[in-house]
Amino acid sequence: MAKIDVKNLYKIFGPRPHEVLKHAKKGAPKDEILTKTGHTVGLTDISLSIEAQETFVVMGLSGCGKSTFIRCINRLIEPTAGEISIDGRDVLALNKSAVKALRREKMGMVFQRFALFPHKTVLQNVAYGLNVQGVAKDERQERALHWINAVGLDGYEHARPNQLSGGMQQRVGLARALCTDPEILLMDEAFSALDPLIRREMQDELIRLQKELHKTIIFITHDLDEALRLGDRVAILKDGRLIQVGTPIEIVTNPADDYVRAFVRDVNRARVLTAKSIMEKTETLPIHTSPREAAKIMTLQHRALGVVVDNDHRYRGIVSMAEASAAIKRGENDLQGVVKERAPTIGPDTYLTDLLSLSADSAEPIVVLDDSDLYLGTLSRSAVLTALAGKSDIDDNHIGSDSKGLVETPEDTGAAG
Amino acid sequence: MDVVTSLSTWLRGCLSGFGIITREFPEACQIPLKEWTNSGLKSLVRNYGDIFDVVNDQILFLLRKIEGSLLALPWWLVILLIVMVAWHASRSRWLAVGLALSLIIIGMFELWDDTMRTLAIMLIATTITVLIGIPIGILMASSKYIQAAINPILDGMQTMPSFVYLIPVVFFFGLGNVAAIFAIFIYAVPPMIRLTNLGIRLVDAQVVEAAEAFGATSSQILWGVRLPLAMPTLLAGVNQAIMMALAMAVIASMIGARGLGAQVLRGLNNGNVGMGLEAGLAIVVLAVILDRITASYGRRLDYSQTA
Ligand SMILES: Nc1ncnc2c1ncn2[C@@H]1O[C@H](COP(=O)(O)OP(=O)(O)O)[C@@H](O)[C@H]1O
Ligand SMILES: [Mg+2]
Repeated sequence: MAKIDVKNLYKIFGPRPHEVLKHAKKGAPKDEILTKTGHTVGLTDISLSIEAQETFVVMGLSGCGKSTFIRCINRLIEPTAGEISIDGRDVLALNKSAVKALRREKMGMVFQRFALFPHKTVLQNVAYGLNVQGVAKDERQERALHWINAVGLDGYEHARPNQLSGGMQQRVGLARALCTDPEILLMDEAFSALDPLIRREMQDELIRLQKELHKTIIFITHDLDEALRLGDRVAILKDGRLIQVGTPIEIVTNPADDYVRAFVRDVNRARVLTAKSIMEKTETLPIHTSPREAAKIMTLQHRALGVVVDNDHRYRGIVSMAEASAAIKRGENDLQGVVKERAPTIGPDTYLTDLLSLSADSAEPIVVLDDSDLYLGTLSRSAVLTALAGKSDIDDNHIGSDSKGLVETPEDTGAAG
Repeated sequence: MDVVTSLSTWLRGCLSGFGIITREFPEACQIPLKEWTNSGLKSLVRNYGDIFDVVNDQILFLLRKIEGSLLALPWWLVILLIVMVAWHASRSRWLAVGLALSLIIIGMFELWDDTMRTLAIMLIATTITVLIGIPIGILMASSKYIQAAINPILDGMQTMPSFVYLIPVVFFFGLGNVAAIFAIFIYAVPPMIRLTNLGIRLVDAQVVEAAEAFGATSSQILWGVRLPLAMPTLLAGVNQAIMMALAMAVIASMIGARGLGAQVLRGLNNGNVGMGLEAGLAIVVLAVILDRITASYGRRLDYSQTA
């Protein structure tokens, strides 16, 4: 069961939303509804589910309904139609006090413009959620201090928000949201008001915290780089409609339409694509294969190199066609004598940006291995360059797939896209 | 039944009155607001007179207490107390010295006792204004419909010539200090209500939303967020109320308030310009003192400005 399930969610702003809902359901576009009825469509037919412990990013241009969406989840905005359930519980059926209890117990929220309480100290701000819950003062302070330290604000607990820089204020905002230990974190453009450097720092902070905390995070942003960096999955909204949901790699490599394509055109693919997503899985050569057999397989595959594994499928090294031929001439009956560990090896989740220099320095392809040295695939230099250039449309069964068989040469893929 | 028959006779007379075309406005069509008001007031006094008496006694008791202690204290101690409050509010040496000097000048005018009497009336009138004005202001901020209903009443209270409500106030409480306090209250409460309403409405909506997002109840939001953040505006309301109250000092003395206003009135009756001027200056000094103190507190509580 998904943590948060959203089905056919609509939000229409104006005095008579339910009358206008009919038009929206028939698919009338947002600007037509605005000119005809004076109502603003915030969200149209949004259905998606958010898994526990994932960071789910909602992205889109300003005014596309991101804030409206996140506020429907905790009902700061009442949806016009649709269903929202959290842990299988229908949120829209809750009465006012039950909604408040839900917000108190399950959710923390971080705001674009921080929205700290200016009359309270950092400590009181962070402790606010516990205060609202009625937790005793000593415990409140202790827990608040823990989170103040966790976001790196030790020593500032008695400062007031307006004595802090923007980045520090948002750290307070983050600590305030985390202090009640909520399962769900709602972050509405939490880092958008910060300078690029500070923003980057806060993203790292969030990634670091999430590694320990495993919250279900809904993160809103209008910045694709931020979305791809933070999101386990990314949803793209346009004019209140959901255009695409997918992992960052899927979004970048398989944009659903021109709108998304325009978005991802300028993205730094090297920061999104991983070794796993572009590697080629070739047939491996067990170490006891005869050199003659090895040469035959390589010829069939149009390859100059073979990947050699031992009996446990552990990586042993590579062998070239020339070396195989030499072994045949010498009359050797396995690959033991010619296999060499000269190719660089990396893990499957290495970002392209981190393996570029490896690729440039090495004449050999890069070999991708998992934690226990099992062979996963290889990366030729041309495959890396092609992926960087954004020419290859990487198909789904390629991503993390086990499919064996021959891999197209880079020149073939180059024509696509 | 009584009301219905009298209303229907009036309506019938009125209709037939319009039937005849004459130069004068048809007599039968006049609305006897005068009579209604007077009989209404009479029945109020007849039925609830006890309540008015109780209120009267309570306020009088309080006033005597405060006036008594202000007059019992040595003058220099009163000055010291006021200067200490001013210092606490503003942390300004110059303000403290200035206030002390002007209070000494009041003493030199031989107006010390009258100043204390006026101060006592102001303190009570302002306290009542604040205690009643703030809750009404909060109520007004809670809904735009209530705001729309209360606003015209406040407009009426502020534009109605004050002599008009001096009459019913005297009717209920008789001539004297309590009547004066109520007249002052009616005059001073509209700005208190308005500024409370405004202050609460002006609180940053994002901050209120943050409190809501953490599941705060309405009363937690009111007491923990809205009121503290509305404090500077609320104190501006208190400040305005005090200024309005002082402006009423002379008029209030016409229905029996003692103190500086009465001195001004005596100067007016005797053609004694100097006497009027001295008392007038003393009122100004009092106004400046109370203004500076409340304004300083307002600034201290304004978190959007100071670091
Ligand atoms: N309270 C409101 N009343 C009327 N229209 C609104 C309201 N809130 C948002 N909207 C409209 O709904 C659309 C989506 O707004 P929003 O969710 O704030 O966008 P985003 O957060 O993506 O910038 C916009 O067209 C906006 O003008
Ligand atoms: Mg927004």
